[in-house]
Amino acid sequence: MATTARIGIGSPLSRVDGIAKVTGQARYAAEHKPKDMLYGFIVSGAIAKGRITGIDDRKARGVPGVVEIVTHENRPRTAWLDRSHQDQLGPPGSTFRPLYDDKILFSGQPVALVLADTFEAARHAATLVNVAYEAEAHNTDFDKAVAERYMPSKKRDNYIAPKKRGDPEKALAKAPLKVESQFHLAVEHHNPMEMHATTIEWMDDGSITVHDKTQGSQNTQAYLSSAFGISASKIRVLNPYIGGGFGSGLRPQYHVYLAMLAATMMERSVRVVMTRQQMFTHVHRPAAEQRVTLGAEMDGRLTAIVNEATTSTSRYEDNMENVVTWGLMNYACPNASGDYAVAAMDTATSGDMRAPGAATGMTLFEMAIDEMAEAARLDPLAFRLLNYSEDDAMNGTPFTSKALREAFAEGAEAFGWAERKAEPRQMREGRELVGWGVATGMWDALFSKTSAGAKLSANGDLEVSSAGSDIGTGTYTVMTQIATDTLGLSPERITARLGDSDLPTSPVEGGSWGAASTGAAVQMACQSIAAKLLKAAGKVDGKPLGSAGIDDVEFVDGHIVSKTNPAASVSFTDAMRAAGLNSIEAEETATGGISGMISQMRKSRNTHSAIFAEVKVDEELGVVRVTRIVCAVAAGRIINPKTARSQILGGVVMGIGMALHEETMMDTKLGRFMNHNLAEYHVPANADIDAIDVIFVDEPDPEVTPLGVKGLGEIGIVGTAGAVANAIWHATGKRVRSLPITIDKLQD
Amino acid sequence: MNRFSYARPSDVADAVREGRPGDVRYLAGGTNLVDLMKENVERPARIVDINRLPLHDIDDLPDGGLRLGALATNADTAWDKRVEERYPLLASAILAGASPQLRNAATNGGNLNQRTRCYYFYDTATPCNKREPGSGCGAIGGVNRIHAILGASAACIATHPSDMCVALAALDATVRVTGAQGERAIPIADYHRLPGAEPQWDNTLAPGELVTAIDLPNERFTEHYTYLKLRDRLSYAFALVSVAVAMRVEEGRITQARIALGGVAHKPWRVPNAESVLHGETPSQNAFLAAAHAITEGAHGHGENDFKVGLVRKAIVRALAQAAAGTPQSQTDKRVA
Ligand SMILES: Cc1cc2nc3c(=O)[nH]c(=O)nc-3n(C[C@H](O)[C@H](O)[C@H](O)COP(=O)(O)OP(=O)(O)OC[C@H]3O[C@@H](n4cnc5c(N)ncnc54)[C@H](O)[C@@H]3O)c2cc1C
Ligand code: SF4
Repeated sequence: MATTARIGIGSPLSRVDGIAKVTGQARYAAEHKPKDMLYGFIVSGAIAKGRITGIDDRKARGVPGVVEIVTHENRPRTAWLDRSHQDQLGPPGSTFRPLYDDKILFSGQPVALVLADTFEAARHAATLVNVAYEAEAHNTDFDKAVAERYMPSKKRDNYIAPKKRGDPEKALAKAPLKVESQFHLAVEHHNPMEMHATTIEWMDDGSITVHDKTQGSQNTQAYLSSAFGISASKIRVLNPYIGGGFGSGLRPQYHVYLAMLAATMMERSVRVVMTRQQMFTHVHRPAAEQRVTLGAEMDGRLTAIVNEATTSTSRYEDNMENVVTWGLMNYACPNASGDYAVAAMDTATSGDMRAPGAATGMTLFEMAIDEMAEAARLDPLAFRLLNYSEDDAMNGTPFTSKALREAFAEGAEAFGWAERKAEPRQMREGRELVGWGVATGMWDALFSKTSAGAKLSANGDLEVSSAGSDIGTGTYTVMTQIATDTLGLSPERITARLGDSDLPTSPVEGGSWGAASTGAAVQMACQSIAAKLLKAAGKVDGKPLGSAGIDDVEFVDGHIVSKTNPAASVSFTDAMRAAGLNSIEAEETATGGISGMISQMRKSRNTHSAIFAEVKVDEELGVVRVTRIVCAVAAGRIINPKTARSQILGGVVMGIGMALHEETMMDTKLGRFMNHNLAEYHVPANADIDAIDVIFVDEPDPEVTPLGVKGLGEIGIVGTAGAVANAIWHATGKRVRSLPITIDKLQD
Repeated sequence: MNRFSYARPSDVADAVREGRPGDVRYLAGGTNLVDLMKENVERPARIVDINRLPLHDIDDLPDGGLRLGALATNADTAWDKRVEERYPLLASAILAGASPQLRNAATNGGNLNQRTRCYYFYDTATPCNKREPGSGCGAIGGVNRIHAILGASAACIATHPSDMCVALAALDATVRVTGAQGERAIPIADYHRLPGAEPQWDNTLAPGELVTAIDLPNERFTEHYTYLKLRDRLSYAFALVSVAVAMRVEEGRITQARIALGGVAHKPWRVPNAESVLHGETPSQNAFLAAAHAITEGAHGHGENDFKVGLVRKAIVRALAQAAAGTPQSQTDKRVA
């Protein structure tokens, strides 16, 4: 019994898929090679806007090994209606259709797909495809686009309009303290390790297996089915392993469409892999501009918040994010309003990237809060506590739980915050100025309807499954732990399966709802197995468990054991044999329950965090080092402290990247991102990362989701860049309001 | 990547013979060339793989100098005992560059001949005079955060990205080459060139010429030296600006100071006249500042890289202070000394 308790929920079980990954046994989308497969290489367009006037592919066709070159001129027909091309997560607008017509909507848009017998031939031929364009005037200058910001008439499904309270204008006019600042965040690209790739297996019976790098097998399946007019039952999408997503695989990207187009045209297996450079030609975190105006009493109590933001999108879809709501929710302040709009540019549509909206809006808002704390001559942590809101201040609803106060306390203690000097430029070590900053992080504790299956074999092996994906977050491991916990089987007896559209229905993996939702479904499926087992045990001669009900027994090491009389037990095998069962199967759907849905309306569900950062800045040169981060997280129940910590570490590292490094640079004349490779698009390197301390504060919350879990994939990035920026101010006395804070911004 | 033919000779004479017909590239570590071929920037008709040539060694020269084989890797060079002891500036500069994996593959000859990291040069959908003479320069008026502030031309504002070469410039190294016309020795200062009207030429190597070695003179700067590199992250990024200093201090006075700059021009930047400003001076901020201004005279940005002008001057002052104090910049401790 002790053993099962140790490995179940709450134990730091190592990733169950870890060994397969580090030994190369885990096969990714581009690692499948069906027979007679064609290699597809994408030809990327050169201009930002205009028309293709001609494609000369004669030379390319002359390359030995080239089989076909697919362009808008010869592509097979696909569904006609815009609607048919929309995926589950597509924002309102007209979804981009690769090779649809002669129109160029963004630079780097695919304009042809070369198919050849070898990768090398395809790649070489791709350089010989000559595309002529007629260019039209474009705009990819975000500042210019902001001048024409607009609120889309049709909103994205998950968009939450900021709610106004009180009269912020009047309050601002009266406020003795006022801070008004404008912030900016650069475009970032997700840059998962694995490039987007699809291998399509064209089966003899006309069915299609799609090995895809996606965060949602069933989303891709539905999308391909409707776009190509092929019955979903003929399309199976597999994505058991994903080399990182960060949101880039939420929507089906153009590689999968092109692969499908080619496969249906040739009736052959096809593989298409994007190059790293092409990874910079689709989804990205939008550029953002945020203006925050705050009013406060002399003692630092906030009296007014006006939070306005604009994020970039394409001309053809309105990608919207919840940017301004976070600040309004998090602070007690009687007068507050938000205003959000999008700005369209001639680029690909922006999209969700780790903590979309919050990573932008909460981070930048926390930089403004720091400025107000300075104006009020208050310690920034004290300022946040003074304006602490127990409830969701925007919606006026209580939280199911909010242990942010505890996170502040434990984080500050671990960091040694009490030693902080109030004024900037007061702490130094040699030539370096030392600065300490704090910020709050906030994210949704989401739950998404999910199904899971469980199958117990007569030998005591259990398989649990769901169509969801493990994008590297640890879903396989969490499923194993929950099954272990529910059925008392050791993890070695359990196989978790994910990443197959044939498995029980699951939404795309994103929004940090995976652990809570898949976990709950797995638990229900295992509970259902438990009930069936107990029933089977009743068939065992002599009924060792008597008339015990499910609450009277425990499941330990492959046995059903009476709680009152531990000597009375029946092994799973005996129970199944007695009932004449070779296996027991169950499939359940977790919905959060009726009571869950009611409280979902009446209560707010969020994860919170307190981030403390220390930076050291060379006073003359402006070289910044982030020497310490403490991230204290209030995220409900932690299923696995090891994978949970890894998620926070990854989020914090990405937050440091947002603070100091990550920026996709646009040539507005060409309308093209220029640093499209990992040598010139900088993510933090090892040397940029020093001590990161992760703390999970106690936050029991049986209400938030069935397992009390809130999810951790995203909270680690939210606010981190704000804490770093605030620390840089504390070190240097300089407010840099544009992220990333590169060395040029710290020169006098 | 285009189709090419391939040869792998095992002696220098054969390699040079193979190298003669047009559109040939020598393949060393391949860390730069292969990337550029994948991007279709380099389209050689023929690859001469030189890895079998006997140019892997590091040898003592009779005059007390050191000869670095063109195929000795950057890692083997930086960690060579003699280099560490006699030319710590070179070891430091090499270790400031790239990553351990890259340095294990990269060779000295390849490092010398690596091409610019200008974004436009790497992207065949954009104009670039260096890649395609006459097509224009995308970086002028474009994204040019990493570009040159000295010695640029109206045709090209690219920089030479090497760290190693900046140290070689400060050390007055000599590049030994062999071509159809026989052997030559080229002082490092004359090896790389400014872009002028013909930015397609990075250096003065004649087509088909092969670098066989780099000679380091018997002049040791083991006490007063430093390599200070400032970049967009603390490691594994090319220099925004870098400074190599080799200095002699006798009885409290600077008797010799060599300053070479990286990340600011189409070649490692040295101005001997500016260096002499320091001769006879006692180390001081003012003296360093005067030298910094002298060596960067005429420096100007092209928009996004304007900040480099001030930054490189500050970096020069700091590097001179590090060298004078005998506290060179560590390449592992990321704090600037
Ligand atoms: C991600 C990344 C980061 C990097 N960061 C840095 C950095 O911070 N600092 C830095 O200095 N460098 C950096 N580098 C560049 C690296 O140092 C060079 O790629 C490397 O030195 C090239 O050596 P190689 O042997 O691989 O050359 P190759 O790629 O084989 O060749 C490069 C060029 O030199 C020519 N060539 C090679 N050998 C000879 C020879 N003997 N004679 C004549 N011509 C020759 C080739 O024909 C080719 O044109 C980085 C590279 C990468 C990919
Ligand atoms: S700076 Fe030089 S390398 Fe860069 S685009 Fe201009 S010409 Fe080409």
